[in-house]
Amino acid sequence: MRTPIGWYLVVSGILFTLGTLGVLVRRNALVIFMSVELQLNGVNLALVAFSRQQGNLNGQVLAFFSMAVAAAEVVVGLAIIVSLYRKRRSTNVDDASLLRW
Amino acid sequence: MGQLVLFWVIAPLSILSAGAMLLARNVVHAALLLIVNFFTLAVFFLMLGSPFLFVVQIIVYAGAIMVLFLFVIMLLGVEPEDSLYERIKAQRILSILVGLGLALELFFAVRLGVGLNRGNIPDFSRVNRGGNIQALARILFGPYFFPFELTSILLIVAAIGAMLHGRRQIATEETIDLPADGAQELDEPPLQELETAR
Repeated sequence: MRTPIGWYLVVSGILFTLGTLGVLVRRNALVIFMSVELQLNGVNLALVAFSRQQGNLNGQVLAFFSMAVAAAEVVVGLAIIVSLYRKRRSTNVDDASLLRW
Repeated sequence: MGQLVLFWVIAPLSILSAGAMLLARNVVHAALLLIVNFFTLAVFFLMLGSPFLFVVQIIVYAGAIMVLFLFVIMLLGVEPEDSLYERIKAQRILSILVGLGLALELFFAVRLGVGLNRGNIPDFSRVNRGGNIQALARILFGPYFFPFELTSILLIVAAIGAMLHGRRQIATEETIDLPADGAQELDEPPLQELETAR
């Protein structure tokens, strides 16, 4: 008895939702960034599950690409957080409000 | 049957670790919980017939990306508390409502589109003939070759971008190749002023 694909998609949806909540609620730039990773991982899980359901490997290749993009995004994002910290001495996103009206 | 049991062990673990990451006050705890979550996702990939992504998930996410995260956390120092002050009024309540709506929407989309208990999953051993990695390589270096090459450009650009963002500003101390009598400094303002002007 195999697990139906629908349950994987439910787990993926829950992970994506938790990631969204993290982005919306938390104020620490690093935790926000980790939540974005959680969202990306939720989508990866959905892609692999769909690949399993369709019976071809396109979804897995897409998940692989999304991992590469996530790696690039993490590098640039963490560099931005570090340079923001140099300017503001804080990783709280509310402190970076120069463009706020 | 074994796979079903494994799923019901791993799925709550995955969701609990993600939820605990959201609630963790300490950034290091959040990072460690996220590593647990990445491992559970790797197990999901293995159960879905993708041993390659299982390995990549552990090496790239749980290994490289989380080490980078922990490195930056240690570099910046851990701030003890997230402030509870809300810039936008009732932001927390609103975002929880939005999250609830999103979760329900995704749940019903899955239920209507895929069905929760439909068991007709195609046989994956035909797709994975000769091994998952070989099959993935055939498709990656076949129809997906151009995007694959674009990924390498993306990684180079990301590395250069990170270097530009992460570097320190130009050092303001005098170096030995500046003339000692200060004749040069009349022509151009000293670096210190440049820095403050910027």
